[in-house]
Amino acid sequence: MNMELIQPFINSVDAVLSETMRCSPRMADVTMEQGSYQRTGIAAQVVLSGEIEGRIILDMDAIAAGQAASDFSEITGAPTDEIIREIVCELTNMVIGNSVTQLNDRGFKFRVHPPELFMLDVGPHGTLDSETVLLRFELPKGAVYLNISVHVTSAAMVGSRT
Amino acid sequence: MEFKPLTSEDKPKIRFLVVDDSVFARKNICKMVEAFGGEIAGEAGDGIAAIAKYNDTLPDIVLMDITMPKMEGIEAVEHIVRDHPEACIVMVSSVGYQDNILSALQKGARHFVQKPVKPEAFYEIIRYVLSENPEPAPTTVGEAQS
Repeated sequence: MNMELIQPFINSVDAVLSETMRCSPRMADVTMEQGSYQRTGIAAQVVLSGEIEGRIILDMDAIAAGQAASDFSEITGAPTDEIIREIVCELTNMVIGNSVTQLNDRGFKFRVHPPELFMLDVGPHGTLDSETVLLRFELPKGAVYLNISVHVTSAAMVGSRT
Repeated sequence: MEFKPLTSEDKPKIRFLVVDDSVFARKNICKMVEAFGGEIAGEAGDGIAAIAKYNDTLPDIVLMDITMPKMEGIEAVEHIVRDHPEACIVMVSSVGYQDNILSALQKGARHFVQKPVKPEAFYEIIRYVLSENPEPAPTTVGEAQS
C-alpha cells in the first residue's frame, strides 16, 4: 500500500481529533498486519467500494474512547457505553469521510458505506490483494488505532494520477 | 459563544429538520440549532424517513447528512425538492468531495457543510441560506392544527 493511500488517513485523524477532542494526536507506530485484527477497545468499521475497495477500522482504547465521549458530548459524569459507542462511530465517520474526500479530490472515485460498530474481538484477515496497515496514534489520554485494508482496483489503474 | 437568534419576518423561530443516521450527530446538531435560537421540527435517521418527516412537518430548513442507510441524503434531496421546490436544504456530511457537493447542489441543496461542524461557520451558513430564501416555508401542519 503506498503513501498516497495512507497519508489522507493520517491527516484526517490529526484534523478531526484536534477539532473534536482539542488535542494533538501523535503518530506513534506504523506496522503491517499479517494475521486477524485484534480489537483493542471500542471500534467501528467503514467499507469502501469503487476504484478503492476495502475497509477501515477505527479502534479507540477504553481510556481514549471515554475521553472522546466526555470531550465531544460535553456531558458531566461518566458517559454510558451506548454514548461511547455512538461517539466512536461518529468520529470514525468523520475521520474516514475527511480521508476519502482527500482521496476523491486526487481522482479516485468510490463509494463510502455508513459506519458500523465493530463488535468482534477478532476481525477479518487482510486479503492477498489488500495489504493491511495499522497506525497507532497516542493521545494525552489513551490511544487510537486505524487499521486500513484497502486496495486500488484495476479500473482505477487505467487512468494516470498526479 | 452567543448567537443572535435566527428569525424570519413572520416567524419568531426557524424550524429545522435534522437528518443523520448517527443519533449522537443528530443530538449534537440539534444542540447547535437550539443555541442559534432555532426549533427542532423533527429528526430522521435515513433518507426515506427524512422525506416522510419533511411532508409531516414542512420545516423551514433541512440539515441533511449524505451517507446513510436505506436512502442516501442526495437522493432524499432530489425527492424532497421535486415535491417541494421551495425546500431549503443544507448538506452536513464528513464526505465533502467535489462530486458529492456538486451532485447535492444539482439536486437542489442550497449549501454544504463539512463535519466536524464548527458552530460559528455553521451559523453563518444557515443565516446566509435563510437570507437567500426570504420566502418562508408554508405554514406547517402542526401549526395549522394548533
